[in-house]
Amino acid sequence: MNDRHEEICQILKERFGVESSEFRGQVSLSVAPEHIVELCLTLRDEFGFERLASETAVDYWPQQEPRFHLVYQLHSFQYNDRVSIRVPVPGRSPSIPTIVPVYINANWYEREIWDMFGIRFEGHPDMRRILMPEDWDGHPLRKDYPLGYEEVEFTFNFEKINVRKPRPKE
Amino acid sequence: MTEQQILEVPLDNIRHLISERAIEGETVLLNMGPQHPSTHGVLRLLLELDGETVVNCIPDVGYLHTGIEKSVESKTFEKAEVMTDRIDYLNNTGNNLVYCMAIEKLVELDVPPRAQAIRVILAELERISSHLVWLGTHALDLAAMSVFLYCFREREIILDIKEMISGARLMTTYFRPGGLWRDVPVEFEAAVRDFLRVFPKRIDEYESLLTKNPLFLERTRKIGVLPADVAIQWGITGPMLRGSGVSYDIRKAEPYSGYEQYEFEVPTHPGGDTYARYLVRIEEMRQSVRIVQQALDKLPLGPVRSNNRKFVPPPRSELGTSMEAVIHHFKLWTEGFNAPQGAVYVAAESPRGELGVYLESDGGSKPYRCHFRTPSLTNLQALPLLAKGHFVADLVALIGTADIVLGDVDR
Repeated sequence: MNDRHEEICQILKERFGVESSEFRGQVSLSVAPEHIVELCLTLRDEFGFERLASETAVDYWPQQEPRFHLVYQLHSFQYNDRVSIRVPVPGRSPSIPTIVPVYINANWYEREIWDMFGIRFEGHPDMRRILMPEDWDGHPLRKDYPLGYEEVEFTFNFEKINVRKPRPKE
Repeated sequence: MTEQQILEVPLDNIRHLISERAIEGETVLLNMGPQHPSTHGVLRLLLELDGETVVNCIPDVGYLHTGIEKSVESKTFEKAEVMTDRIDYLNNTGNNLVYCMAIEKLVELDVPPRAQAIRVILAELERISSHLVWLGTHALDLAAMSVFLYCFREREIILDIKEMISGARLMTTYFRPGGLWRDVPVEFEAAVRDFLRVFPKRIDEYESLLTKNPLFLERTRKIGVLPADVAIQWGITGPMLRGSGVSYDIRKAEPYSGYEQYEFEVPTHPGGDTYARYLVRIEEMRQSVRIVQQALDKLPLGPVRSNNRKFVPPPRSELGTSMEAVIHHFKLWTEGFNAPQGAVYVAAESPRGELGVYLESDGGSKPYRCHFRTPSLTNLQALPLLAKGHFVADLVALIGTADIVLGDVDR
């Protein structure tokens, strides 16, 4: 952690109660869900993190409180610097404020998180599934969602498998 | 069909994305794709058209979703690498590189200098090959047929080089955590030098076909203008950002795999239109040639894979003589290695922009979570912005200039 990082962490700790940690030289800030929009706004406008590089989620099932972590990666062109933000989200009807008003490109990332993890983003302009079909049940990247596979067909079991093969809904 | 029936098309879930005029039937909703030759894969676009002009453009992705992020969680760190080839199928070695770098960062594994130099050579050849596919198909979309044939002629040489070193023409999985699968064969250097000798002249040939071609200029100039501040706001990276005049390249900004040793320039163009992005990518191919030349000239000798037996399986030759090697071999190919608990984010410059891997480990031998931040997804997101107000025919040019790979979008 260099001087700039320490200064940022100190200021954010006072303002939003941000806890910072470092792993392999990468700084990670941990913040409560209600402060995420303000934190992003502060980092963008005061500390020059102009670009949201990535946004994703991690599921810690069977742990329920907090079950999910949202992970944001911010990047600054002018300081050539990166920082990540982790936000814990509880497992029961998970939802968090959207950061689309701060970083426009979060739109599709948040749609993907909704699609894959079932985390709702309050105030998101276009909360639809993005990768899976619209009528899909469940959220595939959750840890309690089983990993599917396709049975291998041979001549002797072709018909048997063909009967129970999953098909697209009408 | 009566007017009543046309209005019955279900619009409920996209009503907020189209204008009131579409509801009233003043503009036409047209489906483009997913089986459309100029969408470079399986991209579906829902277009709202006023005559020939695009009013709204709603991309619909996911037709190539293969669940790679889910599958990676069920495999050990090393075995999951095979799937990274398949994400962006025009940048196989680049995907391997960034995934290997993420593992190397997570477990603090060193890579020998020779392996790093060979990685750079292959990543740059891959960049050339990807840009050749882009150039060929982009020109083909704009009705310049012959460029496509010339581009694929040169790409064939690169695919042959990849086949020579790994046995596979596309999905090589040649980079491994801690180095390379094996050293390059003796013919490798001569083959790359042959390619470097002919290729700069070939770039001039493509340029003579396109750069001053009035038809090409007409189709690309002032089409899809993307100002620099908008590009940054939308998170766009790679040649699309540099085509808007922002000089940002991860190879320069955060050098990895020894890129700091090589001299090259980051081409930019202030135009921000389709033509500017064309010029940037052409110049990038020239710079890649420079990098490969330098890396080949000072290719160091030595091992190509780390000797850290906690993470890297021993070479086959040791198995006959060393009991310890047999134990390591057995352990690493069955259980794999345990990575320490923690998460890293590693980014590299792919031909399309920032390719990032977020890799999290819970202390076990499989990735707990592996997210690929792919440049195509982010760059495609800005397509509606670029397309508004242009003709449908220009939309084809805009899909081409974004250089999307649908495998990269959907993963």
